[in-house]
Amino acid sequence: MIGYISLIMMLVAPILITATGGMICERSGVVNVGLDGLMSIGACTAAIVHQQLELAGCGRISIVIALIAAAVVSGLVSIIHGVASIDMKADQTISGTGINLLATGLTVFVCQRFYNTDRSKEFMLGMTRDSLGFYPTLYISLAVIVLAWFVLYKTPFGLHLRACGEHPAAADSVGINVRRIRYIGVLSSGLLGGLAGGCAVLTQTIQYTSTFVNGRGFIALAAVAFGRWTPLGVFGASMLFGASLALATISSMIPALKVVPSQVFNIIPYLVTLIALIIFSGRDYAPKASGIPYEKGAS
Amino acid sequence: MIGKAAKGGGWNFRNVGETLAFSIPYILCGLSMGFAARVGLFNIGAEGQYTMGMLAAHIVAVCIPAFPGQWLLCVLAALVVGAIWGGVVGILKAKYKVSEVVATIMLNYIAMYLYPLICLNLLPQATFNKTGRTADLAETSLLSKFLISDSNLNIGFFFMIAAVLIYWFIMEKTRLGFSLRATGFNKDAARCSGINDTQAISLSMAISGAFAGLAGACVLLGLVRYSKILTGQDNYGFMGIAVALVGNSRALGIFLSGILFGILKQAYSIMQGMGIPKEVVTVIEGLIVIFIALRSGLSLIKDYRAKVKARKEVSK
Repeated sequence: MIGYISLIMMLVAPILITATGGMICERSGVVNVGLDGLMSIGACTAAIVHQQLELAGCGRISIVIALIAAAVVSGLVSIIHGVASIDMKADQTISGTGINLLATGLTVFVCQRFYNTDRSKEFMLGMTRDSLGFYPTLYISLAVIVLAWFVLYKTPFGLHLRACGEHPAAADSVGINVRRIRYIGVLSSGLLGGLAGGCAVLTQTIQYTSTFVNGRGFIALAAVAFGRWTPLGVFGASMLFGASLALATISSMIPALKVVPSQVFNIIPYLVTLIALIIFSGRDYAPKASGIPYEKGAS
Repeated sequence: MIGKAAKGGGWNFRNVGETLAFSIPYILCGLSMGFAARVGLFNIGAEGQYTMGMLAAHIVAVCIPAFPGQWLLCVLAALVVGAIWGGVVGILKAKYKVSEVVATIMLNYIAMYLYPLICLNLLPQATFNKTGRTADLAETSLLSKFLISDSNLNIGFFFMIAAVLIYWFIMEKTRLGFSLRATGFNKDAARCSGINDTQAISLSMAISGAFAGLAGACVLLGLVRYSKILTGQDNYGFMGIAVALVGNSRALGIFLSGILFGILKQAYSIMQGMGIPKEVVTVIEGLIVIFIALRSGLSLIKDYRAKVKARKEVSK
């Protein structure tokens, strides 16, 4: 039983971390459709850094370095989205899609340069389970969501950030630097997206391939909307989507479920996401100014 | 350029034909993306609609005993199923305000898994083995080749030309197109002037899906030509986003940019022969999309210049 819970939490953690980043970003008023690409970049960076350091004999510390590298590189890439959507006032969906496309190309390109194939070389040992049977990513993800809740709701900065997503003109009028806050929002979604990608690749597999992330960034994006842009809601939504992702793996372990083709279980997470979005649509809970560039001085 | 590069500098018409054949799905997926974009929707779902169109064509080609003109039925099935797969998103968007971006992406993945699910479990087993490469499709269901017979250029090319013309005609010349564009410019204003925006959104997504579905049929019946079991995404749908953005969602623009992407795709094999990773193409594509997003930044430069000019005039 603990095995199943551990498996579910292993799949939940990356989605929860990414969704937290997406939530912060949207609360500051920028929609980040590029989460999927940012996860890919994080996963690729972590896989390469960990493999190289492991080869150089760095020991277990290389996992920490790989995670930090993943977050930093992904954060740097997210600045592109920041410049486009905050300074250039671009269409945020287009720029996010650009990031996604860039990430698919760039990650495989880097692997080609490093290893001459379309995937990274296998590393020997990823993260290991602790004495309870859980991966450390579980604790990282819980820490991230609790921290996000504390910062968003219990600090002046969080209030400022939420104000920028609801009514940037009002925030500006009381002296809040909307541009700075939105950059912080985008940057944190980049950092967390990269961290999530790193967490995913170091727990779930032994190498980065172009199909590894497989739309989980978009599932995280759906979790933000389904969770109504609140930490508790995002946590619940991520649990639901992660559990339905785990179903595909669990079904292959239970003999009774083997008669059902595996694709049925693969479809379930996406179907659940879609149905959840329909059921919980209705009233609009989204931050009012999310996705709209703020123009200073334009009433 | 592509015609020349392959074999020692001489023109090779086979490559021209291949380039045009590759540009067929790019242009059709570009039309799919562009049609929704003109109504203010971001249809990332061309990939899924393409997959479902391909699946429909596949089922008709395999399950119905061969008869002359079968390809027409295949194409029709692809059009209808593509339209349904797109139209569902339109209805969800218009009625329930579900973000079309997330909904289409979910449907992309559902389509991706639905394809092998249906192929491996519901179609007659005799026509398949589990490796993916199987017997050729019946000759009556294929799109016949023309003009350059040693390349893959097929009569899907005429479907594509027709689609471009239909796109232009609907968008620019009909009442429907006007109401769609009005919804895209300002949904509330359109509704106030008596345009049914719910209908406009659903219809535009359905038409947009039909274009992508047609692309799926053209690829299966014209390029692949055997009953392939799709295991990943072919990426024509995602490329369609870039095609439509480069073509600025205009019929002629999409046509030209689709040809450009066809050239890039045909360049894959040549580039790999020269030791350049083919992912460079995807990187270029991503950069194109990002720079198009940054396009709105140009107006900032214009504003800045105007400000400098005004300041000079004041100081005079």
